[in-house]
Amino acid sequence: MMRRDDCIQTILQHRGDAAILAVYNTGLDLRRLSASRLNLYSAGAMGQGSSWGLGLALGMPERKIMVLDGDGSLLMNLGSLVTIANAAPPNLYHFVFENGCYEANGSHPIPGQGRVSFAGIAREAGFPHSYEFDDLATFERMAAGLLALEGPVFVTLKVVQGDPSPQDYAYVNAAERLREFREAITSRK
Amino acid sequence: MIESTVPGPAIIAALRQAKIEFVVSVPDITTSQGLLWPIANGKDFTLVRLCKEDEGVSVCAGLAMAGRRAVLLIQHTGLLDSINAIRGIACEQAQPVCMVVGLLAKEPNVPPRQSKSFGLRIVEPILDAMAIEHYCIENPSEISRLPSAIDRAYATSQPMVALIGQTVTP
Repeated sequence: MMRRDDCIQTILQHRGDAAILAVYNTGLDLRRLSASRLNLYSAGAMGQGSSWGLGLALGMPERKIMVLDGDGSLLMNLGSLVTIANAAPPNLYHFVFENGCYEANGSHPIPGQGRVSFAGIAREAGFPHSYEFDDLATFERMAAGLLALEGPVFVTLKVVQGDPSPQDYAYVNAAERLREFREAITSRK
Repeated sequence: MIESTVPGPAIIAALRQAKIEFVVSVPDITTSQGLLWPIANGKDFTLVRLCKEDEGVSVCAGLAMAGRRAVLLIQHTGLLDSINAIRGIACEQAQPVCMVVGLLAKEPNVPPRQSKSFGLRIVEPILDAMAIEHYCIENPSEISRLPSAIDRAYATSQPMVALIGQTVTP
């Protein structure tokens, strides 16, 4: 198992000018680890991160879009994997942080905890590239290469919680974040 | 006697006038022949086929965030299924999600609130409760309101719904 914040740090080392949409506790960790205006911390409704990412990727083909999703969130929108694979945006990178539970809602286990293969589902949905990591050294070694692939790319990261992040939902959900994000992604690269 | 048909080419022209680039859709029999098939076979729009309607709320929001215009073309059952996404993304996050919604099996020239169908009767009261701008297209003259409604949605960053009350003809 890897720490979630260590995995996010690894992704951040390779982000370049990618826009990142992160959900729930992954978003709170991202907020702690990065102050970039190219971060968006909330999808507005549980499960919608992957679909937001698809819209952003289709609308901005010149910019890499990364979605930092949760396993419980993705279970609410599994069909989006088929939709994304069909639309095939080459600039979309979908990371799912698999902690096996609904951490923001009492840490109850997800259905299929430990048995479901999200990378397998993505592969069978038609993603051309699908990976799963449970070892940080391996993920660190592979990260640059998989982020150089033509997407859509799907990555499952098997994680446990790292250092606690401030539960600053007022900040991450503020309308100001959306305005800042839009200004940042639409400004000239 | 008001003509009770909804011509698809006029809706497509209205979408072009509104500078729509993407049509994001789950098929709906009310709009299938007259709207979705011509869009799928044409080159005016990029079509994104969805597995489920709530995905489309977010896809349209992401496109809007990127500065691109889209409409979500779905059935009223899909609208009802997507209420939480519309609540969280279109309403609370104030995103200009523009929806064209077929009213499956609505009786001709009967206002949706007076339909015998429970599912149809509740659509407009729900949209009212969510303070979402909406109107019903049941004849050709009502199509001309569509471009300005879409322009207003993007200008104010608010959602809007155009309900399609008759089968759209090719």
